[in-house]
Amino acid sequence: MGGFPTLFYKETLRFWKVSFQTVAAPVLTSLLYLVVFAQALADRAPAPGGVSYTAFLVPGLVMMSILQNAFANSSSSLIQSKVTGNMVFVLLPPISHLELYAAYVLASMVRGLVVGAGVLAVTALFVDLRLASPLWIAGFALVGSAVLGALGLLAGIWADKFDQIAAFQNFVILPLTFLSGVFYSIHSLPEFWQHASHLNPFFYLIDGFRYGFIGASDFPPLASLAVGGLSFAILSAIALALLKSGYKLRG
Amino acid sequence: MTFAIETVNVEKRYGCLRALDAVSLQVRQGEFFGLLGPNGAGKTTLISVVAGLVRASAGTARVMGADVVADYRSARRMLGVVPQELVFDPFFTVRETLRLQSGYFGLRRNDAWIDEIIHHLDLDAKAEANMRTLSGGMKRRVLVAQALVHKPPVIVLDEPTAGVDVELRQGLWRFIRRLNRDGHTIVLTTHYLDEAEELCDRIALLKAGRVVALDSTRNLLQTFSGFVLRLRLDREQLPAGLDAPVLSQDGTSFNLRLRDTAELESVLHRLREAGVGIAEFELQPPDLEEVFLRVMERH
Ligand SMILES: Nc1ncnc2c1ncn2[C@@H]1O[C@H](COP(=O)(O)OP(=O)(O)OP(=O)(O)O)[C@@H](O)[C@H]1O
Ligand SMILES: [Mg+2]
Repeated sequence: MGGFPTLFYKETLRFWKVSFQTVAAPVLTSLLYLVVFAQALADRAPAPGGVSYTAFLVPGLVMMSILQNAFANSSSSLIQSKVTGNMVFVLLPPISHLELYAAYVLASMVRGLVVGAGVLAVTALFVDLRLASPLWIAGFALVGSAVLGALGLLAGIWADKFDQIAAFQNFVILPLTFLSGVFYSIHSLPEFWQHASHLNPFFYLIDGFRYGFIGASDFPPLASLAVGGLSFAILSAIALALLKSGYKLRG
Repeated sequence: MTFAIETVNVEKRYGCLRALDAVSLQVRQGEFFGLLGPNGAGKTTLISVVAGLVRASAGTARVMGADVVADYRSARRMLGVVPQELVFDPFFTVRETLRLQSGYFGLRRNDAWIDEIIHHLDLDAKAEANMRTLSGGMKRRVLVAQALVHKPPVIVLDEPTAGVDVELRQGLWRFIRRLNRDGHTIVLTTHYLDEAEELCDRIALLKAGRVVALDSTRNLLQTFSGFVLRLRLDREQLPAGLDAPVLSQDGTSFNLRLRDTAELESVLHRLREAGVGIAEFELQPPDLEEVFLRVMERH
């Protein structure tokens, strides 16, 4: 057995040791979104599938937390190791590029899923949720966290400074999640924006995930899952190629 | 026999800077090897190439016969590196740090050995302390410990004694010497030349990415260095006809460089002839600093 189990363990332990900040804080943020948006939009936003707006909103919030936290885990861990120099501890041992990739992405998935479960558990106290088909929920949670874990890994490999990760988070991840139909059904948008939303890969992840709860979606869930899977495959291929070449990590 | 470390024409370019320029050297198994050179000579870069932290632009490097790129798993298992920079992971305690490092090498039941290294490096009292709370010297010890978790046959220490107090330095060398006696190959870089002189069997001198001298410590001391003769005389003028070059003068005190003891005799003879009185007299044996300065001057 190589170094993978230990690296995976370390990457999960790393966020768990500061879980107040990495788990509790995002759960609270989601709860605030729920309170504010449910108040502000309850009457206006029509929800497909004949569910209440809050029952529509909660799956979106859960998936948004999964995506953002999966990204945050791999990207922040890598950039921190690079900036402080302790990346050498991982680069000196005989850990293959595949093991490195798997450890970072899987730990990101764990963080995303833990936060997502936390958001779900807390919001379920306030909102009556349906679970139309749990298998879709699980499938999209796994694929979504994997996509963002891999994207975070890429961002972490590429970035040289903390602010570059922050910029990536603020100018790419945040807009894409906000504009992906977390807070509204894209059918409520003008036609142009509906089409634009279809170019946003996060839309498919959120739409499909929500299907698992309310049994209705803007796009066929299987097709959404395929988009997610394809995104994951592409990001993973790039990440593995970069890791293998030593890009930015092995000068 | 395979070499502990072997580099063949290793080159590393950063833009137009050649940090390493066709470096070929061999470190034998069981050796205590010194890698010396001024700041920016390329010592750390060379170590990084051997450790796989940096990809060479050209050339190959092997650790115990294993190519550091093609057969990186074997190469890295054979090598322990103490990095020059004082790096640590602030999330973990000393013991956690060592357990994790051990796990990265695929060793999951290694607590007996970890306890032993902790003990030998005098870290017992700090074993459960968070890395963040350790002093610089203590962090340095943990770096040494991390390099040893997988019992590597080849150990490379990049300036392990920079910023370390006398007591730890001596304790560290006792420990490293013991590892060397037990058969580990040691490669060391340091700017404390007296340390290198005392410890190293062989020494490579690096300058601007090139090996400018490589020999046993004894040969280096003999070929490049002589003695320094310190004299205080009864006048401020040396008599004419002295062959030995004057290194420095301060009033009636002179430092002369002598190639060998025969030259000492001729200098003393010449002084006596000229009727010069000698108030003080001291002969300094060759040292590595002399060698170092003279080699660097030449190249
Ligand atoms: N990542 C890098 N990018 C650009 N130049 C670099 C990089 N790393 C090292 N160098 C350059 O390569 C040369 C060799 O550096 P190196 O760190 O190997 O020197 P050194 O012999 O270890 O010096 P010191 O005694 O100060 O530790 C220096 O000129 C340095 O500026
Ligand atoms: Mg150096």
